[in-house]
This record gives sequence, structure tokens and C-alpha cells, in this order.
Amino acid sequence: MIKFDRVSKGYPEVSDALVNVSFTINKGEMAFLTGHSGAGKSTLLKLIALIESVSQGQIFLDGQNLNQVSQREIPFIRRKLGLIFQDYKLLNDRTVAENIALPLLIAGYNHHDIKRRIRAVLDKVGLAGKEKNYPLSLSGGEQQRVGIARAVVNKPSLILADEPTGNLDPELSKEIMCLFKQFRQVGVTVFIATHDLSQVVESGCRQLILEQGRLVSD
Amino acid sequence: MKGFFIAHLQALLFSLGQQLRAPISSLLTIAVLSISIALSGLFYLLVKNMSHLTGQIETSNQITLFLEQQVSEQEGQQLQRWLEKHRNIQATRLITKAEGLKEFESYSGFGDALKALNSNPLPMVVQVFPRSNLTTQQQFQQLLDELKGLPEIFSAKIDMQWLQRLKAIIVLVERGVLVLASILAFAVIFITGNTIRLELQNRQEEVVIKKLVGATDGFIACPFLYSGFWYGLSAGILAWIMITGLMTLLQSPMEQLTRLYLDYREIDFLSVEESLILITISSLLGVVGSWGVLKTQLNRLKPE
Repeated sequence: MIKFDRVSKGYPEVSDALVNVSFTINKGEMAFLTGHSGAGKSTLLKLIALIESVSQGQIFLDGQNLNQVSQREIPFIRRKLGLIFQDYKLLNDRTVAENIALPLLIAGYNHHDIKRRIRAVLDKVGLAGKEKNYPLSLSGGEQQRVGIARAVVNKPSLILADEPTGNLDPELSKEIMCLFKQFRQVGVTVFIATHDLSQVVESGCRQLILEQGRLVSD
Repeated sequence: MKGFFIAHLQALLFSLGQQLRAPISSLLTIAVLSISIALSGLFYLLVKNMSHLTGQIETSNQITLFLEQQVSEQEGQQLQRWLEKHRNIQATRLITKAEGLKEFESYSGFGDALKALNSNPLPMVVQVFPRSNLTTQQQFQQLLDELKGLPEIFSAKIDMQWLQRLKAIIVLVERGVLVLASILAFAVIFITGNTIRLELQNRQEEVVIKKLVGATDGFIACPFLYSGFWYGLSAGILAWIMITGLMTLLQSPMEQLTRLYLDYREIDFLSVEESLILITISSLLGVVGSWGVLKTQLNRLKPE
């Protein structure tokens, strides 16, 4: 699903955010990306989501070389991904349902399908009946579940999560992790960046460790 | 396809809702826009009314013959009959001294001054309406020279020169109005552009989130374009109201003024088609203004 081939990324101020990183994550796999803050976890995810471009090396997403993606194609690649963020990135002036509907509207689904899918996904993340709430009226855990619902509503083949439980207490974190496992069970590839090692150990999943931009353990 | 239209309708209504949620700033923008548009519209009406007036003068293009004092009424009528047979003359009208006095009294307001005189100082006048196949100034001049040569005639004059001057002035004013309207159109484009730029800045986060979930620039631009459209549309309607209001205020003094010079003529307001064109242009300018800004600014907003 994801293949990094000797990827390096430097910024003008940080010359080696990522150095010579190579790994492959297969379809349907669930993997964690760990390391101290500043080790390059976020940078790595941004490269996959085409928020940043590589300095050297190649990244393949589902067989497609991301170096060869034009500016116009980026939105269409992103639609294949479900992105989840530490700060949820919800639109606070829209209801839960409107937030979740966003990827579907963008993809051009009709009104009826959108309604049906929103109901199904809210059921899945345990927020049934909260369609008309505004994000700020929900707890942090609930907001993150809205974020997850938005990421998966379009049935992406890959979920990328950047510190999805960073703002949540252990109890809520566990629930979120449970959700990710459920997605994996239906064949979705899940790639999670986190510094919470207890989660990783508990899950027994594959762990990639970054240290100062280098992949030190796989 | 149906979903596509519904999505656009939603974007259209959403952008309207955004404006209604910030009524003061929206109103201020719309007020500025509508003043620019109303100015253009008013200038247009000014030119339109002016050229209509000169059109009317043109059709009443005529030569006025002032007869010698000693010519009697009978001789005047003889002259008139002779003139009517002239190949270049369509019709004539004889104004006797008495009739002239009457007209003078009613139009000039100097009637009392004339009463102080013992005799009527006004000459007999023959108004000559040349045939319509006389179009060039040369032909008019020829006819004029010929008539001037007649012994009964003291002087003859064509009301052409001032008409030509007036026409030249109107052409100039028309040009000026066109230039001014173009400048004001650019003002409308820039004002909407700037308003949309501010909106874009305020909703930066939303734009970035949409980009992250795979929205194309077109999808993101849509509500902003609609926003520009609403600004243009409301400004156009408000401008129409301003123009009509102002014209209503000016109507009676303007009509009084024209009545002094010409037969009574109604002042032109904007016709239905012109009103629709005004509002359409205004809406288009709003869309163009926001489009220009989106084209240049949307690329710069990137997720971090």
C-alpha cells in the first residue's frame, strides 16, 4: 500500500527531517510510527498525504509514484486517504453531520446517499443521534470520533492518523484504538503516528521507530 | 446530475447565509458597490435623455426668415405661397406681427415691456421647413443664401450651428461617461475582490480542511464565487432603487426645463431591459472580482 524508497526530506531550516527512509506497508496492515517529538513522524505522514514533497527518493501509494503527481491530481489522491489529526480539524461552524458530509459532497455523492452514509458511520463511531450537534458542544473524545467518522465515511483504503489520541485520556484513547482495529478488520490499511508506546505494545502491531529522521527499527 | 445542482444550490444559499450573518459589513460593502453602479447608471440616463432631446431638435430643423418691416401682411402671404412651391421646401408657416407679439408675451415674460412701446416692433416671420432630402450643411447653406437674396427678407438664419456644437458636446459627454463607467466597473471588481480576499482570510482554516479532505480548488472557490455574485446582485438592485429614486426627485424640474425649450417630453427612466442589464452586469462584476482573487490567492493557502 505504502512504499518508501530511500526517502529524504529537508527543510531550509532543518536539513535532515527525514534521512534515507525505506519501508513498505502492505494492504490491510496496521502499523505504528513512533519516536520522540521532532523525530520526523509528522513529516513522514505529510509526505504520504502530499502536504509536503520529498527532497530525494520515491514514495509509492497503491503503486502510484507520488513524485509524478501533478498539482491538479492531488485532491483526487487525497480522496483515497482518510486523514485524522491530533487537533481534529473540524469546522466548528458546521454541525457534526455537515462535517462528515464534506468528503462526500466533494466526491459528488447525492443527497440520499450522503444521509444514509452519515447515519451508518455515526453509528459505527458511537455518536448516533449527534448529527445536529456542533463540534464545540462535544467532548474531546467525541470530537475525535467525528474526525474519524469524516475520515472513513468515503471508505478510503488507507487511514493516516497523526497522534489521534494525543489530546485524550487513556480510557478514551483505548476506545479510539478499538475503532482503528475494527477498520483494519474490514481490510483498511491503518498507519498511526504516536508517541504513546503503551498503545503500541498493547496492540501487538508492527512498529516503526524514527530517531532524528532515520528509521532505526522496523 | 441532480446531486450536482443540489450541491451548488446549497453553496449558493450557504454563501447568502454567511452574508446575512454579518449584516453590517455586508451592507457597507454593498452600499459602496451600489453607489459606483448607480453613478454609472445615472450618467447613462443623462446621456440617453440628452441625445433624445437633440433628436427632437433635429427633426424640427428649420430656417427662420425675418421679413422687412415695411412688408405688408398680404405681401407676406404671397411670399409664403411662392416659397411653398420651392423644390427644396417642404412646408412654411407665417407668423404675423400680432401672432409674434402674442408668442413673445407668453414665452419670454417680457410682455409688459412691449406694452410700453407704441407700436409692435416685431417683424413678420416665415418659418421654412426644408425637404428631408436636404441633408448636408452645404445644401442648407445654398438654400439659405438663395432666400437671403429675396428683397422682402431682412435676415435669415438656420438653427444648425448651436445644434452641431451641442451634438459635439454630447459625443464628448458620451465618451466621458463610457470612460467613467469603465473606471467604476473596475472599482466594483476591486472592491468585491478585496471583500472576498478578506473572507478568504477569515475562512482560511476551512479552506485548508477542505483541501485536506480532497476538495479541488473549484469546489473550494464555489461558495466564494457565489458570495461575489450575491454582492453584485444586491448592489445592482440597490443601485436600481437609488437611480429610480433620484430620477423621481429630478423628474419634475427636468421636465419643466425641457418644456421651456421644446415640446413637452417625458424624462426617460431605465427601461425593464436596461434595468435587467444593469443588475446582470453588476452581478457579473461581482463574480469577476471574486474570481480574480480566488485565482491568485487560493493556491497560496496550503495545509501545513
